Amino acid sequence: MPGPVSKPHIRPNRGYGRWTPFWFLAPAVLTLFIIGIYPTIFAVVTSFRRYNIARPRDGFPFIGLENYTSVLTDSTFWASLFLTAKFYVTVLPVEVALGLMIALLLHKTGMGFLKSLARVTLVVPLATTYAVVGLIGRLIFNRDFGVANWFLDRLGIGALDWLGSQTGAFAAIVIMDIWQWTPFCALIFLAGLSMVPGEIEEAARLETSSKWAMLKHVQLPYLMPGLTALLILRSADVLKLFDMVFVMTRGGPGSATDLVSIYIQRVGFRIFDLGTASAQAILLLIITILISRLYIRVLYKEVN
Amino acid sequence: MRLSSGKILHAIGLTAVILFTLFPFYWMVSASFKTQSDILASPPVWLFAPTLDHYREIFADSKVLGAVGNSLIIATATTALAVMLGAPAAFALARYEFRGKSDLWFWFISNRMKSPIVLALPVYILALQLKMLDTHLVLILIYLTFNLPIVVWICTDQFKSIPPDLEQAARLDGADQFTIFRKIYLPLGAPGIAVSAIFSFIFSWNELLYALVLTRRDVQTAPVVATSFMSGYELPWGKIMATGTVIVLPVTIFALIVSRHMVRGLTMGATK
Repeated sequence: MPGPVSKPHIRPNRGYGRWTPFWFLAPAVLTLFIIGIYPTIFAVVTSFRRYNIARPRDGFPFIGLENYTSVLTDSTFWASLFLTAKFYVTVLPVEVALGLMIALLLHKTGMGFLKSLARVTLVVPLATTYAVVGLIGRLIFNRDFGVANWFLDRLGIGALDWLGSQTGAFAAIVIMDIWQWTPFCALIFLAGLSMVPGEIEEAARLETSSKWAMLKHVQLPYLMPGLTALLILRSADVLKLFDMVFVMTRGGPGSATDLVSIYIQRVGFRIFDLGTASAQAILLLIITILISRLYIRVLYKEVN
Repeated sequence: MRLSSGKILHAIGLTAVILFTLFPFYWMVSASFKTQSDILASPPVWLFAPTLDHYREIFADSKVLGAVGNSLIIATATTALAVMLGAPAAFALARYEFRGKSDLWFWFISNRMKSPIVLALPVYILALQLKMLDTHLVLILIYLTFNLPIVVWICTDQFKSIPPDLEQAARLDGADQFTIFRKIYLPLGAPGIAVSAIFSFIFSWNELLYALVLTRRDVQTAPVVATSFMSGYELPWGKIMATGTVIVLPVTIFALIVSRHMVRGLTMGATK
């Protein structure tokens, strides 16, 4: 029987038909469809309605694009997106720089015990419940007895009303995010560094004693895929960021830490304007889809 | 043996890393053993007489115990479901070629990026209409939106590494695909399945947003209850930090078990 040579021999008995993968996939796909896609479609429909459950007497009439026009002209929504972007460009360079330094320290030979201890402790921030990170932040950045102010005092800087001031609150969530996610960057870079073939590294070390030249010419190419992954993943994560900030500041004081997910949550579940909140969420989803398309295009090239 | 300055710097750097990563965690745990007046002391107290009062208090508090129980039920159930649904899907993705496979694959991955607020709004309305608010089931199901992709990803990777000769041999013996999945892939893929289950448990245990908006009183999870203590005039800091410690400790242990796979779990394998 003629057939493509590369395909494995397929026997026509039970469990070998072309529908076999379907049966294995169907439960997962169906479930994700019901709990993921269907609510998303429902959110799209809701975004075209007036849907304020605090005022049920108004009913839930379709109002076309009204929610979208009001969201797109809502300066608070734009401000929250802008603040999210500002948060991203503030935390990321620090996380990348610190993460790279930590990775280089862990990659260096010697100090076996300290190194494995440090490697293990990196996992702790990553596993810490995001809401609990927020609770710890409330404790550390307390104006009256927080240890952050004690550190400032040691450095000769006066105490700050961290969570009570606009700049302080933003700085506090930035610091907690850096604490939690720098290890992630470090582990990704460490994985990159361990991909550099040993002989190349050895040869380069004979050529130059400059750490900088080593990093730039030998190690950097191996760090680039990780860096790209970080840039994209962290942008999606910052758009998702809710738990830690909600617990620490609820978006305040004023709108100092009102990141986009916090703002949408407030419109939806404090003002109960689910129509407007859905329109905002759909716009956020569109941004996220663009980001994940980018992620897939850049990092999974070889799959296609 | 003489220590060079480079070695000393290396040691100092590594020590700084350890202090940096452990300090907030240490500060929470130490606060949970301090009396309220030691916590409120300024400058902060570094050496103190530890007390177990806050732990006695939370272990006698039915709200905290109930919340930990709810978290346990929800995280375990959603993890079990994610593995039951995800492992067969991973088998199909690892072993078959079919049309639309890469699209399906990317769809699974893109779930990693989505903000929970996007689903929280419609799921809230749907759960309200179906009278499912404040039930374990609604959280168990919604957590599948991020657990299932994790399980599918990690298991696919694991299943791909199983040598195909084993399968060929089983086929010659007349085994059908379901038997091959059960008798070869499940046992040999067990390490990967376990890692994916641990990740799924950690992410479900840590989740706050869905739990906050989809529960009321009966099925509040541990993070929700811990944050609910954060209101009122004088905050019960010791109790809050003891609850925080109790929440974080189990997942930290789990995370240490899978620490080698942490990067894979968090990036969905973009970096090996």
